Amino acid sequence: MKYKSQKVAYWFFALSMLLFVLQLVYGFIMGFAHAGFDGLHEIIPFHTAKAVHLNLLVVWLLSGFMGAAYYIIPEEAQHELVSVKLAYVQLISLALVGVAAIIGFHFNIWEGRKFLEIPRGLDYLVVVNVLLFLGIILGTLYKGKRRTTTALVLTMGLFFAALLYLPGMLPFDSQVMDSFFRWWVVHLWVEGVWELIMGGILSFLLIKLTGVDREVIEKWLYVIVGLTFLSGILGTGHHYYYIGVNKIWLIVGGIFSALEPLAFLAMALFAVNMYRKGEKKHPNKIALFWTLGSAIVAFVGAGLLGFAHTLPQTNLYTHGTLVTAMHGHLAFWGAYAMIVLAIISYALPNLTGRKLYDGARGRAAFWMSNIGMVGMTVAFGVAGVAQVYLERIMKMEFMEVQKMIEIHFMVLIICAILFTTGIILYIIDFVKYGQPTDEALEINNQ
Amino acid sequence: MLSKKQARAFFLGGTVVTFLVFIGLTVYSLSEAQDQTNYENLTEQVVRGKNLWDKNNCMGCHTLLGEGGYYAPELTKVIDRRGKGYIKAVLMSPVPWAPNGRKMVAYGFTPEEAEDLISFFDWIDDIDLNGFETVISPLAKDKN
Ligand code: HEC
Ligand code: HEM
Ligand code: HEM
Ligand SMILES: [Fe+2]
Repeated sequence: MKYKSQKVAYWFFALSMLLFVLQLVYGFIMGFAHAGFDGLHEIIPFHTAKAVHLNLLVVWLLSGFMGAAYYIIPEEAQHELVSVKLAYVQLISLALVGVAAIIGFHFNIWEGRKFLEIPRGLDYLVVVNVLLFLGIILGTLYKGKRRTTTALVLTMGLFFAALLYLPGMLPFDSQVMDSFFRWWVVHLWVEGVWELIMGGILSFLLIKLTGVDREVIEKWLYVIVGLTFLSGILGTGHHYYYIGVNKIWLIVGGIFSALEPLAFLAMALFAVNMYRKGEKKHPNKIALFWTLGSAIVAFVGAGLLGFAHTLPQTNLYTHGTLVTAMHGHLAFWGAYAMIVLAIISYALPNLTGRKLYDGARGRAAFWMSNIGMVGMTVAFGVAGVAQVYLERIMKMEFMEVQKMIEIHFMVLIICAILFTTGIILYIIDFVKYGQPTDEALEINNQ
Repeated sequence: MLSKKQARAFFLGGTVVTFLVFIGLTVYSLSEAQDQTNYENLTEQVVRGKNLWDKNNCMGCHTLLGEGGYYAPELTKVIDRRGKGYIKAVLMSPVPWAPNGRKMVAYGFTPEEAEDLISFFDWIDDIDLNGFETVISPLAKDKN
């Protein structure tokens, strides 16, 4: 089994890593601004940094997901990608659209909606780009020898992610309507269809790394994504409590979003149990670390920390505070960043023929980034809880409170330095692997 | 034990049912009778204000209706808290507004643009937010 077209994945992963580093730079700019050092205000004001931080996050994750699909689908479908050339066209256009959007943000060219800042004109290019991507993936599946559940769930996730981009393009005069449909994108992505993508990648990695029977793994995959949609779709209501729509969402959103952690719990139990059950001892331990780590940290960041502020009684006070930023970081990190790092760690040795997975560097990267991110989460959490008490309960002025919590952003920055060091180590390994070769794919892919 | 087929049926069934309920609730809560936003007061001036709000990505620093950046004050109920004159001064300031040391962008809006934004805030302030409005406004401590 050797699929030379899998090489495309490497370049998506490389783009992903490049944008990831850039995302962190803008994170530091915001961290320093919160701590009282806004020396860059004239060139990169806070809202520019925030838009860049969020959009780079989304683009590097999508690039990672696309790379994952280009790697996984040929192997699952037992068929080369239908067009490698078009896949490169898609890669380059993705990079160009992303970079154009980011540059525009520095010149006040954007739409002022969090996460969906990309201006309308570029939105259309995004749509074309994603259609091209889906065309290649679906074409490959169609021509492929087999259609596995893993491939199907992954593809379904990517397909619906593309579809759900559209409600974010509807124009409204009412801020409330804007907000309502912004959540169809943001929430239904991260607490819906992206979980399918995560589940698909996770299941592929578990099959490869643990040697547990595909039928068993894929059965549980269905249960997990079933729980995801069962809770996550109506769970959207947890964003509708306090934006000016009917009270019915307090009940519906409260109940169903409180069930959302179950899907993440199932994911964590699934990963750990398959690992325990597995007889095969795959030598790529570092990929296993990232895989299990992703499922576990996602449960903590999305499941537990999401639950912590999802009930309407709590959210009334925490809505729109740094508590949200605390949860956002650990959830995105565990569920999506770590699963991308996991598939890269698994794919690189196979693509390049170099086996760097025993090194101390890889392990240090894993622990430093995770400990750093947990520290950042605690810093955001302490700042957020203090903010909620002082501002929302004691009714102190916003800016007065912000000054009192500045110190927590110094802690944030220190933890972010540890985190970033871990990521740099990861990228050093990435670079040391070198570029993919046909020979490596022939030998390594069993 | 659960079979793969049953697991798939659970996935498909759960998805279809909750999706349909979700669409139903969306239609219901966005229907005219359930409006909590005084949609009829959404004048052209308010829309101009909203466009300025979007075009300048004010949400990158501020929250509004509890959504946005956590760097600058929540602006729902800002007129209650500060009054229109103060807000106008903020919006028209030719230098970065920063009475407490943290800088806003110096937009230097014209008086008309400032009025548009203020009428947008005025419209926002009248929305029924299911109780959130009493939490975010310091004035609320006298009211509740
Ligand atoms: C770079 C971040 C940033 C951006 C962008 C920004 N603001 Fe501000 N704004 C602030 C900060 C910080 C304050 C509080 C300053 C202080 O009190 O020291 C503020 C204060 C205000 C206030 C007064 C609120 C109060 O409670 O005192 C209003 C009104 C306001 N901004 C409106 C806007 C509007 C409208 C826009 C978009 C056109 C905007 N801001 C964009 C940072 C920003
Ligand atoms: C991997 C999955 C998840 C990710 C990546 C994620 C990320 C985020 C982000 C970035 C926000 C801020 C969004 C914005 O303001 O635009 C947010 C808000 C929120 N999340 Fe999550 N989340 C996840 C899962 C969950 C789960 C499972 C729950 C509930 C159990 C939850 C509960 C909430 C709530 C209640 C808010 C609103 C906070 C507020 O009112 O300000 N999240 N999430
Ligand atoms: C160097 C490391 C990082 C630093 C210093 C940092 C800092 C920050 C700061 C200060 C904010 C702005 C909060 C506000 O609006 O006031 C923010 C927002 C955000 N960051 Fe990071 N960040 C870092 C890395 C990351 C990573 C790795 C991820 C994802 C895995 C991430 C995801 C997010 C998200 C989703 C938000 C939006 C939260 C919200 O608005 O609710 N960040 N970050
Ligand atoms: Fe959500």
